[in-house]
Formats: sequence, structure tokens, C-alpha cells
Amino acid sequence: MRYNIKKIRENFPILNQQVYNKTFVYLDSAASAQKPVQVLLKEEQLHNDFYGNIHRAAHFMADKATAEFEAVRDKIKDFINAESREEIIFTKGTTESINLVASSFCEKFLNAGDEIIVSEMEHHSNIVPWQLAAQRKGAKVVKLPFSDDGVLQIEKLPELINKKTKLIAVAHVSNVLGTVNPISEITKIAHENGVVVLVDGAQAVQHIKIDVQKTDVDFYVFSAHKMYGPNGVGVLWGKKKLLNEMPPYQGGGEMIAEVSFEKTTFNELPYKFEAGTPNITGVIAFGAAIDFINEVGIDEIAEWEHELLEYAKSKLDKIEGMNFYGESPTKTSVISFNIDGVHSYDLGMLLDKLGIAIRTGHHCADTVMQHFGIQGTARISFGMYNTKAEIDIFIAALNRVRMMF
Amino acid sequence: MTIEEFQNDIIEEFSMYDDWMDKYGYLIELGNDLEPLDAKDKNDQNLIKGCQSRVWLVADLVDGKIIFKGESDAVIVKGLVALLLRVVSGRTPKEILDNELHFIDDLGLKQNLSPTRSNGLLAMMKQIRLYAVAYDRILEKG
Repeated sequence: MRYNIKKIRENFPILNQQVYNKTFVYLDSAASAQKPVQVLLKEEQLHNDFYGNIHRAAHFMADKATAEFEAVRDKIKDFINAESREEIIFTKGTTESINLVASSFCEKFLNAGDEIIVSEMEHHSNIVPWQLAAQRKGAKVVKLPFSDDGVLQIEKLPELINKKTKLIAVAHVSNVLGTVNPISEITKIAHENGVVVLVDGAQAVQHIKIDVQKTDVDFYVFSAHKMYGPNGVGVLWGKKKLLNEMPPYQGGGEMIAEVSFEKTTFNELPYKFEAGTPNITGVIAFGAAIDFINEVGIDEIAEWEHELLEYAKSKLDKIEGMNFYGESPTKTSVISFNIDGVHSYDLGMLLDKLGIAIRTGHHCADTVMQHFGIQGTARISFGMYNTKAEIDIFIAALNRVRMMF
Repeated sequence: MTIEEFQNDIIEEFSMYDDWMDKYGYLIELGNDLEPLDAKDKNDQNLIKGCQSRVWLVADLVDGKIIFKGESDAVIVKGLVALLLRVVSGRTPKEILDNELHFIDDLGLKQNLSPTRSNGLLAMMKQIRLYAVAYDRILEKG
């Protein structure tokens, strides 16, 4: 079936407007994706029709909200093909998911002198929590480097792993380079050596079909707001055996079991890791985002975005003085670049005034910037709703801006 | 001219431009015309690091007045630095402390001062004030 871009865009009213009297072109979905009306309507419906605090009360509204909330857990289980719903833990976002594992897993399994391998292309969220854990335990963070084309050097993995290695933290997709990392292969090497693997899927789940069982990773984490869902919701998926062995992350809500009337609770998975009232609205609306992605089809989205990537790249290649960062043969719809003689901040400011939203700066990935010896890049990224016509507008604007320097 | 008059001058200068691109084009021109800092002054001590761009600021007290020099690696920011220097350089610490710097806001360029944008400019304005406070004390002590 042909990808019905027109119909898809009708669900995103924000895209259909003008900024500074110019057509609004949103090329920053890797930072956060726009939300379809289905997500917004779901939030509204929740508050109009069936709002109550979940898990805790014996009344109609709470029961209905609980059912809706827990149904989203099942949706996510199916979406990433997890073995069981107990393995799906709701968090505030990818960052909290990683911090949870860095705290609880490392509390239990990391000892003085141990090592954690972290790839060189990680977002700060997948570096700093490990550094903090390592500091607490007297352990060490070891770098898994990437080569200049933005491909992870996994051939170096066997020599980096030793008896002290406890965990490998790696992005499924790099937020700067767009590289899709071979997580199955990495996991295979890791498991042969008894090493656990955490994959940051924040830049992957909205672009690629995820199957956590097939890839065999141990932890997979992501955020709702990058997959057309609301802010403030994330997921930690982990293998049940590991999650069961890990101590709780935060104390609080689970004790409330004692004051509930008819439902028993909750010191087991997944509730063990969900202290306090969760983001009920966010999680339930996230369900609508998953439905929406399923409706369009993740494979169809991937194919469309790949087409956009190729189209944009072919146009950008014709512009003089372009430097690209991240030319892996497997990549998602992210292009990072600099133009000779044009600072990325200047470029971003001027494109903004022409109605085009891009991202500039270090993208919370200093180690990537250091690899290339640069201060920052401009980055465009596509979502399911972008069009070739938008790319044409962007290219024309880029050429206009170049002339100003 | 007073700091206030300089600010009003700049606002008038920009009033010739209706279009955003023209305003920014003018900022680029100002940025390109700004006298570059000596390489030795572009050191870590003078660096104000933003996550989008970097700004360097140097301040010397000469005959009771602060001579500011500055630069940025982004040209638009350099243009804004040039404007700021025009307003504050060569003033007494007291003059700087007695005046609000409002022209960037008035020009509709406030976006450049948002802390989240973090291009170093907001931090530069704070740094200018800090220099003024410090030199003011030095002058008072004689």
C-alpha cells in the first residue's frame, strides 16, 4: 500500500501552520516528535471520562483508569515483543530508565575494580549514570570507540571485555550520527563472556521494529515523547530474572498496599520499580501513540523515512563545503553536518527565521564532538510526517543562508 | 553619549529593517567587522562556554573606565557582542551598574538571551556586571 502522507499529516495540526510568516518545517523529531490528535484526545478523554488514581482505590473511576493504564503495559509488551508484561516498567523517560538500572543493577552486581563498557557515541544520559555508579563502587568506565564514518568498532569488543566487565551500555541508534548499532551481535559477544547489555533505544523505537527477545539484550529503554507520545513517560524493559534480583530503585508507593481495600499489592514486578503515583495521563496517552504507530505501520514508517533520508542526502551532497558526521551504511533518518565557514548556531538561528526547526549544538554528546574535534553540528531529523517538499524548502533556505556568509 | 543613548541609537539603527533576515544580515555584518581578540586572550580564563557557542570577554580598567573586548565563534553572537561592547566599553563601573541593558530585548532578539539557548551571551552580560562590581570596589578603595 502506498504511504498516505497526506492523511498522516492531517493528524498533526501543529505542522499545518506558519511561523514568522513562513511555512513551518519541523526537522527536529529526534529531539522530540510532534503528537497526533489521537494522543491529545486520549488525554482529554481520560480527564473527562474516567480519571482516578490507579491501583489504589476501590471505585469505578480508579478501576477504569487502572485498566486503561495496565492495557498500555500490554501494548508495549507486544510492541517490543517482550516475553511478559511484568518486564515493562514505566519511568519518567529514557534518562530515568538508565539511572534506575545504573543504580539498582550496579548496587547488586558492581564491585570495586569492575568495569562497564560504554560506547563513544552515547548521549550523556547513557554515560553519566554509569560514571556515577562506577564512582560509588570504585569501578571503571571503559570506552568502546567508533570509527570516523560513525560505525562502532565492535571488533574491539572481545579485547575490551575481561573478567571484571559487568555491563555494556550502548545506543541502538546514535542521536547525532544516526548509526544503527548491531545490538544482537554485541549481545552475543557480551553473553559469551557473561556480560549484561543495556540498550538505549530512545532514537530507535520510533524508526525500527524492535524485538527484545530476538536481539536477546538484557535491558532496553526508551521515551514516549520521541515516539509521538507525551512527555514525562519512559519505559524500562528488562529480563525478569535480572529485574527480580535487583533491589528497588525508590521507596514509597509500594507500601500503600496496606491501605487498599480489595486489591493486593505490589512488591513484585513491575510495581517494585514504580514507587509513587505514576504519570497516569502520560502513560494512557502513550497507548494512543503506540496505536497510531501500529496503524501507520512501523515498517512503512521506516521505509518512508529512509526515502526521505536518501532524498535529503542526495540534495545536500550537491552543496559545496558540506561536512557530514555519521555515514554508517545502516542509519536512521538523522543527518548531522557542518558547512565550511558557517557556525551551526548561526545556521540554526537563520533557518529558524525562515520557518525551519533544526537542532544545533553538541546534542548532549560531547564524546562524539570530541571524536571529530568540533564544538557542535547542525542536525536535521525526520519523523513519519515529513515530506520531500519540506526537504526542498530546507535546501533552498540552506542555500540562501550560505550566501549570507 | 550615555549608555541609554547608545542603546536608543542601536534600536533606531535596527528600525530600518522590517525583515528578520535583514536584521540578522546586519548582525552578521557587525560580527564580521568586530576586531578579533588576540589569540592569547582567547584562553580558558576568558571563555564563557555556552552549549551552542562560545564567547570570550576581556576587561581592563584604564583611567577609571572599563575597556571591554570580546569575541564569539558564532558570527551572529559576535554581532551581538559588538553591540554590547559599543554600549558598555569605555564606561565607568558605576555607569554600567546604574543602567539596565535592555536593547537586545527591545530589538526582538531576546531569544538569544534565553538561558536554555545558552549561547554564552546571557552569561557574558552577567560577567560584564561582575567586572563592574569588582572594579567599582577597587576604585572605591583607591
